Amino acid sequence: MNHGLRASFVKRFDDAVVIEICGLALGPDPEVTVLFGPSGCGKTTVLRCLAGLERPDEGTILFGEEVWFASAGRRPLPPQRRKVGFVPQDYALFPHLSVERNIGYGLYGLPAGERRGRVAEAMRWLGLEGLEGRRPGALSGGQQQRAALARALVVRPRLLLLDEPLCALDAPARLRVRNQLRRMLRRLSIPTLLVTHDRADALALGDTLWVMNQGKLLQHGLAHEVFSRPANLEAAAIVAIETVQPGRVLKTAGGLATVAVGAATLTALPLDLETAAEEVYVCIRAEEVILVKGPSVPSSARNCLAGTVCSLAREGPMVRVGLDCGFPLAALLTPQACEEMFLHQGDAVSALIKAPHIHLIPRPD
Amino acid sequence: MSAEDWQLLWFTGRMAALSTCLVLPVGLALAWSLARARWRGKALVEALVSLPLVLPPVVTGLVLLKLFGRRGPLGHWLYQHLGWEVVFTWKAVVLALAVMSLPLFVWAARASLQEVNPLLEQLARTLGAGEWRVLFTITLPLARRGIIAGTMLAFARALGEFGATIMVAGNIPGQTTTLPVAIYYSVELGKDSRAWMLAGLSATLAFLAIWATQRLLRRPKR
Repeated sequence: MNHGLRASFVKRFDDAVVIEICGLALGPDPEVTVLFGPSGCGKTTVLRCLAGLERPDEGTILFGEEVWFASAGRRPLPPQRRKVGFVPQDYALFPHLSVERNIGYGLYGLPAGERRGRVAEAMRWLGLEGLEGRRPGALSGGQQQRAALARALVVRPRLLLLDEPLCALDAPARLRVRNQLRRMLRRLSIPTLLVTHDRADALALGDTLWVMNQGKLLQHGLAHEVFSRPANLEAAAIVAIETVQPGRVLKTAGGLATVAVGAATLTALPLDLETAAEEVYVCIRAEEVILVKGPSVPSSARNCLAGTVCSLAREGPMVRVGLDCGFPLAALLTPQACEEMFLHQGDAVSALIKAPHIHLIPRPD
Repeated sequence: MSAEDWQLLWFTGRMAALSTCLVLPVGLALAWSLARARWRGKALVEALVSLPLVLPPVVTGLVLLKLFGRRGPLGHWLYQHLGWEVVFTWKAVVLALAVMSLPLFVWAARASLQEVNPLLEQLARTLGAGEWRVLFTITLPLARRGIIAGTMLAFARALGEFGATIMVAGNIPGQTTTLPVAIYYSVELGKDSRAWMLAGLSATLAFLAIWATQRLLRRPKR
């Protein structure tokens, strides 16, 4: 019987940095789990502990029936015997070996014919044909990534660990490789743990997601759920929700809550009963805010806020509009939308937000 | 060139080669443990290995003479258990050359071993490779340049060693005399032309060693 991976451990470093992982679990199903958090929060250390390259100070790491690490005096299972595919951030291809020999490195001991067959199969599968004799230094970033992935996959690992797989690529390659990688991960039937600090990567590649900050896991859930419904203020900051404002629940009736925020009143879906609190934080994703120029029009959105435009700033391919609606609110529009609306600073607008897009977090007094 | 000169050349080359063969495994083990492992007494061993580099060679020779002489602690043991006489034999020549060239090899090999990215070794382990396989397929090939350079430095040093050799091995023609020693005694006896000829031989050997190193260090063609 396979229960997948279960890990709870503590890793301390000399300079008092502590990684404390509690209840990290990867189902036996071949899904992609994302470990999401800012740079330096300990994500890579978690992967290294799981691969057996770093030894935790205490705790347990179990894989199915196997004990990989248990602090009770047992020697940890060495990386050689974990059968884990590890792809580090800079891919770590062996610079002195050809692409073909890099990929075949883990097949040592197999008959030469079978080894060649499996390497050729992996190269075909990842679109690396014709690069057999090249050295890693002569490959593009995307090719290096696929070669590193091929090297990890030919040994048929039981678990795949990917550390920032898209980080080493430049922006144009990144989008293309992200789509390729998503297709590949879907076709593989290997449970995968993927580390990233990029929201777009996390949403595109992950089925479920853990939010991590300062060495601790904060929240687990479906990737898009976690991004729109963080469990607490810290998680909201990590997933970078644009508008987070303190508010107060005035009443709940008919499955809807009325919340006072600044000078405005909003309608939202209420909190769970067990965490029901009067004092809350109101979280609104900027891309969920619709702007209408001039006075409000009848619409299905439960929240229609009159406000003025305070700022307009380009943010990647979008424009971020800062509004004053009785509280500061951010909206994300396309540049075309801004142009067609002749949106300028000081304009009067109405902001439309559907009730389910307003997420409430309990606020301790 | 006389038969005697050929013998001298052949003997010196053989002794230097033998000493290099001895330095290579010992030096690699030392360089690896100094570069990678953490252990007690590391600083002491490091200092001991490097000592012949900074001490006058004659002093190193004196220490070896006293250690390996018939009544010296190591010499006594070797004579009793293996029946080996070391001092003033060809064994003493190899010993002196090896001790004098070891630090050069260890310094070069150690530096290049430290350059090897540990992540590459760790990755090889996740692919199922055991420690010996990691060493022979990842670590040593990546440190290749430093190891080759160190080997050649050690060999060249052995070819030219004088001070320590003369202390432990003396000057027994046909048995312990090496090129540098022969040059010294030729000048001493006023045979300047022979000294010059031997000096020329010495220089030729040195050039050959440098040339061979450069050949080996040239980046492989694709």
